[in-house]
Amino acid sequence: MNKNIVTIDGNEATASVAHRINEVIAIYPITPSSAMGEFADEWSAKHKKNIWGTVPLVVEMQSEGGAAGAVHGALQTGALTTTFTASQGLLLMIPNMYKIAGELTSTVFHVAARSLAAQGLSIFGDHQDVMAVRQTGWALLGSGSVQEAHDFAAIAQMSTLKSRIPFLHFFDGFRTSHEVGKIIQLTDEDLRLLLDADLIRDHRARGLSPERPVLRGTAQNPDVYFQARETVNPFYAATPAIVQEMMDKFAKLTGRQYRLFDYVGHPEAERVVVIMGSGGETAEATVKYLAEKGEKVGALRVRLYRPFPVDYFIESLPKSVKSVAVLDRTKEPGSLGEPLYQDVVSALVEGRRSKVKVIGGRYGLSSKEFTPAMVKATLDELTKPEPKTHFTVGITDDVSHTSLEVDSAFSIEHPETVRCVFFGLGSDGTVGANKNSIKIIGEETDNFAQGYFVYDSKKSGQMTISHLRFGPKPIEAPYLIEANQANFVACHQFNFLERFDMLKYAKPGATFLLNSMYGKDEVWDTLPKEVQSAIIEKKLKFYVINGYEVAEKTGMGQRMNTIMQTAFFAISGVLPREQAIAQIKKAIEKTYGKRGEAVVKKNFEAVDATIENLYEVKVPAEITSKMARRSAVPNEAPAFVKDVLAPMIRFDGDNLPVSALPADGTYPLGTAQWEKRNLALEIPVWDADLCIQCGKCVMVCPHAVIRHKVYDEKLLKDAPETFKYTKSKFKEFSDGMAYTLQVSPEDCTGCTLCVEACPVKDKRAVGRRAINMEPQPPLREAEAKNWDFFMTIPDLDRKLVNPSTIKNSQLLRPLFEFSGACAGCGETPYVKLVSQLFGDRAVIANATGCSSIYGGNLPTTPWAVDASGRGPAWSNSLFEDNAEFGLGMRLTLDKQNEYALELLKEFEKELGIELVDAIASADQNDDAGIQAQRGRVEELKKKLAKSKDLRAKDLVSVADSLVKKSVWIIGGDGWAYDIGYGGLDHVLASGRNVNILVLDTEVYSNTGGQASKATPRAAVAKFAMSGKGMPKKDLGLIAMSYGYVYVARVAMGANDQQTLKALLEAESYDGPSLVIAYSPCIAHGYDMSRSLDQTKLAVQSGHWSLYRYDPRLAEQGKNPLVIESKEPSIPISQYAYNETRYKMLTQMDEARAEELMKEAQHDAKARWALYQQMAAMRYGNGNGNAPEEKKP
Amino acid sequence: MMDLSTTYLGLKLKNPLVASASPLSKRVDKAKKLEEAGISAIVMYSLFEEQIIHESLELDHFLTRGSDSFAEAQTYLPDGGMYGVSPEKYLNQVAGLKKALSIPVIGSLNGVSKGGWTSYAKRIEEAGADALELNLYYLPTDPELKSEDVEAAQIELVADVRSTIKIPLAVKLSPYVTSLPNFAKRLVDAGANGLVLFNRFYQPDFDLDELDIVHNLDLSTSADMRLPLRWISILYDKVNTDFALTSGVHTATDVIKAMMAGAKVAMSASTLLHRGEQAVGPILSGIEAWMKEREYESIEQMQGSMAQKNVREPAAFERANYMKVLGSWRELP
Repeated sequence: MNKNIVTIDGNEATASVAHRINEVIAIYPITPSSAMGEFADEWSAKHKKNIWGTVPLVVEMQSEGGAAGAVHGALQTGALTTTFTASQGLLLMIPNMYKIAGELTSTVFHVAARSLAAQGLSIFGDHQDVMAVRQTGWALLGSGSVQEAHDFAAIAQMSTLKSRIPFLHFFDGFRTSHEVGKIIQLTDEDLRLLLDADLIRDHRARGLSPERPVLRGTAQNPDVYFQARETVNPFYAATPAIVQEMMDKFAKLTGRQYRLFDYVGHPEAERVVVIMGSGGETAEATVKYLAEKGEKVGALRVRLYRPFPVDYFIESLPKSVKSVAVLDRTKEPGSLGEPLYQDVVSALVEGRRSKVKVIGGRYGLSSKEFTPAMVKATLDELTKPEPKTHFTVGITDDVSHTSLEVDSAFSIEHPETVRCVFFGLGSDGTVGANKNSIKIIGEETDNFAQGYFVYDSKKSGQMTISHLRFGPKPIEAPYLIEANQANFVACHQFNFLERFDMLKYAKPGATFLLNSMYGKDEVWDTLPKEVQSAIIEKKLKFYVINGYEVAEKTGMGQRMNTIMQTAFFAISGVLPREQAIAQIKKAIEKTYGKRGEAVVKKNFEAVDATIENLYEVKVPAEITSKMARRSAVPNEAPAFVKDVLAPMIRFDGDNLPVSALPADGTYPLGTAQWEKRNLALEIPVWDADLCIQCGKCVMVCPHAVIRHKVYDEKLLKDAPETFKYTKSKFKEFSDGMAYTLQVSPEDCTGCTLCVEACPVKDKRAVGRRAINMEPQPPLREAEAKNWDFFMTIPDLDRKLVNPSTIKNSQLLRPLFEFSGACAGCGETPYVKLVSQLFGDRAVIANATGCSSIYGGNLPTTPWAVDASGRGPAWSNSLFEDNAEFGLGMRLTLDKQNEYALELLKEFEKELGIELVDAIASADQNDDAGIQAQRGRVEELKKKLAKSKDLRAKDLVSVADSLVKKSVWIIGGDGWAYDIGYGGLDHVLASGRNVNILVLDTEVYSNTGGQASKATPRAAVAKFAMSGKGMPKKDLGLIAMSYGYVYVARVAMGANDQQTLKALLEAESYDGPSLVIAYSPCIAHGYDMSRSLDQTKLAVQSGHWSLYRYDPRLAEQGKNPLVIESKEPSIPISQYAYNETRYKMLTQMDEARAEELMKEAQHDAKARWALYQQMAAMRYGNGNGNAPEEKKP
Repeated sequence: MMDLSTTYLGLKLKNPLVASASPLSKRVDKAKKLEEAGISAIVMYSLFEEQIIHESLELDHFLTRGSDSFAEAQTYLPDGGMYGVSPEKYLNQVAGLKKALSIPVIGSLNGVSKGGWTSYAKRIEEAGADALELNLYYLPTDPELKSEDVEAAQIELVADVRSTIKIPLAVKLSPYVTSLPNFAKRLVDAGANGLVLFNRFYQPDFDLDELDIVHNLDLSTSADMRLPLRWISILYDKVNTDFALTSGVHTATDVIKAMMAGAKVAMSASTLLHRGEQAVGPILSGIEAWMKEREYESIEQMQGSMAQKNVREPAAFERANYMKVLGSWRELP
């Protein structure tokens, strides 16, 4: 076997070339390209050298715009430089891209092509980003498979050096970037032979140097700019031939021949599809299949899209072609057709082939499946006398009727290819195991192999679906395994059976492997009837393994990976059993060996125990089950939830027609409550006798599944039998009032933070709290009923609740509930608290990141409404612009309020002077004032309702702005410290009344833990593999320097009262407020149930001192800075080394860890000393009085 | 010229003051300073098999948690390559200390699995340790577990390790044994070349404000040496082995007392942790001054001189002494 064969994904395949042929690499995380930057950072951290024997310099920037700027500078001084990006990131690079191209600079950007945020954000793949840069003057070279991504990374570099045109090498996000495939890797020697050393030296020589100074970047005037712009034409004219020359050179060395346009199919084809990217693989395989059956069809795969070489195109298209269907993986609303279509039309005209009939269609947006059946549907469309000239394929468009009919039964899967589908839980290791399996098959057998992985949209309790193919024939199938095609289906979590139809994948006679707590003789009767029916009808071979028991016995815990992988190899017969086991063990040693012998040992034990516990089930002939699969949402859910969101929940969203979806991306609130996920094995149970009704458990719950209410005890007459209550201990609400603390059993994630937060310890057994974890299943049904009843109990009137204490604040209804955040998330308690305190009048701008994903990812979303139907109006614009986005909201509210007040005066007669005055001078500093104002505004609307006066109608339309609104700008540290910092700074400086909440996890959490400027010194993160060497940026200190910005640093786990106070003060301050909130995250690497204690340590060590800086105090002559944590009492290390992010550095490089920890300790001391001095400064006359000059 | 030298586990030492197992041996430069200050041998910090297993599983857990679960984040922490969660780090430290020091380096091991004890012992020997101390730290909490079974397992373990390695073997034991002399004898019969008395158990405390358990590391005081002093005195000459006294060795007189009880060496940790290498000089010069004043010629001369068998009132070490002490209290005015 070729020793250069590796089984890797598209990102690694690309990065492995890019890292070896560059000197400087500027990176910034963005899905799905982040892994390329991570690989580059990791390899350089491990001192991996490029082909010239030096380690590339990898630097993380603050944004993609920053990365492009750094790349431009590095190129201008002569380094071989690259970057990796996608989507909005690429858009942020556009200004520099024009410059780089205008200056004829050789470079390659590698792009995992991704959708753009429009009506909604999508992290998935299409060509919208690439198409948005087609006008920049860059060459666009598209690869369509893992092997091609690897090869084209080199070809692009070869071509740019010779042509001097910068190249954008792109491949489909996820479909190629994340597909694991078996490829032949280019060796260092190959790369040395491919790259012309003279051209590299020429590139270097063009770099700026004071030894041979030049000036580049002039400002040009009308007299010459135009002519100067035309100087580059010859370079573009020469580029296609250069690329073909490099492709030929590449072929000579490797045997893999590519062309600018690769035609495949019938030599005398009459109908042809034109396509680029991974869809080209599918088209190629499909037309080959059809051509073999005699159909005169072909596919033209576009490799070089810019500069578009008309002559090559015409030459590549068989003369016999009568009609062409151009498929674009993008959408350009309002255009005559999508870009590739338009280019093909122009090319046919310019190439004198205008008689060829052309139609254009869209496919595959946001990684929508693109299958052979869709290729066939497209080719079939060309046979019609009146084909749709502008169509879509892969969806049902019942609005504009663009979509083509697709025969879903059409399949070209090779009979010798084995197809396997695995259903796992995110945390059970299924995907990891399958990546491992595909590597074993790819590298230890002669089989070709492919792995692709699908995830759901939640961050906790997620389902994963792994699609594996392998066989003796090359696998040209960049699409999911289709219904009735899988030879092997495995369900790694028993409870999935009642939720998803997984056996639809199984072909007749396939094997079904189930992880089951029931044995081979008992399991049958526990299956839903749909499952039994499929097993019988499809004559499936049915195996069970009690993976849960094996995992428990061998210390694997929740991890099913090794067990299910072993079972798969044992049954599937891909390799002889003994050989398979040996290979699994080899892989275990390779993967886990560096983490220590104990990890290897437990995995080995799991392998051995699996074989002993694997059984075939004798399938009865009859369906015995009475149990049906559960519906995705309850029957009482609103129609939109049932009709639109429920199909998405059950992985059936692909079948929703266009008409089902809102045209402008507007969705209703409060939908998460309908998706009962039943994730918790144990849930908290209230002990009413011990409880002191403090509300701390309610406050810390990241998922709003635990709530308390005080209510009229008369309401208890309708309570379910097991509903618990006690007498209210609230002094404001005591007479005749009952109290209940209730848990939603089906929404709880089992994180146990509530138990940790409980301050009560049973006097008879201190380990027992007023709330304790107990197994969920026996409680589920009764507690679900109790929860439903609890939710019917009315919330207290807000104006009666003084929210300044924890227990009272928690009587306010959370308008953020049941999010898909990680169990134990450290961000969501803050978000929820904002929703409780201000949600009924809040407008929220949410930066892209974890909070926009758990806050706004379909199918169901957590933002909710109160009983009156009010709730937070929420929106996500982008990552970088969130502060400005929120400011814009404030500007509207201020302007509308001003306009409304102006109009109000004009209607004094109609409204009455009293009402007008009352509205204009309303005190809205508390809920009573706000409610009163709402009442007045209602009265206003009523009085003007029938008015025909246009200005009266105007007043009605802006009248709501007379009620005080609360603007919240929410995002993570990646936004606030890095990419959005410029905007954030400007918004702070603006003086406008906005509230900024920074959920500081000290890392880019959503993209998988890359370092930000909030990452503390000595912590390890992606992009800071060898430990961050610089201290955490002090964002609060910078904001305080304005003097008129309210600033608070809070940590709920350490001081919940201070957090509450800070949020109330921030909101009440009529100016910009910044609250920086310590947010524990799974990227810190410790048990999240301990996050409250760990937060306390962060504060005690001085890593996270607590303070409030209130400019109003300065106006009173007092020092505005109040430090609210004590002098550091423990060393930083005592806090830090509880967390893997710090500890792992001691395990990787003890000396550096020690050095950095020493510096981190120094940072903490210095910071503390500075705050002390600031807090001791005298304001005003030093007597606590206002400054002299402000006195009248 | 007075002779301060002693022999422990067959190792010829220039004086009886040995650095006990402590974090001091984690740094070669610190160990070197102790040597320069006059320490005669160094016992390394313990290699805890349990800790290696725990760290390894913990690292694996947190590197794996959340991985391959969510499309945007395949992992949440970088996987950096080689981690020092194997015994390698410890073994490298053995080799490093051996290279830097000329005094004997004694490895220390606390295992959990049978295979772990023997394989780690072998590897510590291979790394160059001059001797090995087995740290039999074990806290039984299961009421079904019988003391004879615990003892038998520990005896078997010592025999296993003895047959695996060639370097001298000491066993550090706990005072909580029903019949210490019998257990000590069986350990020596199983192959121990020396016994280290005793392992100090750090006892947890209660925090009454938080109703929580707290763990504070309290350094020893000279009073803590009474227990090993008594037992070495009793065992001396009854169990034929080299004794090391550890716990509460802070001063020259503490070392002298240890010798007189019958110890070959006195091991100190707390005072070295507290005062660093500067603690060593005064202890050694204090021993010399004391010996000079009392005209002792050698350490060897005093070793065992106040052991139970050599005092006039052997009962002073036994129960009678307990009664006497109790009776010595007076009601204060």
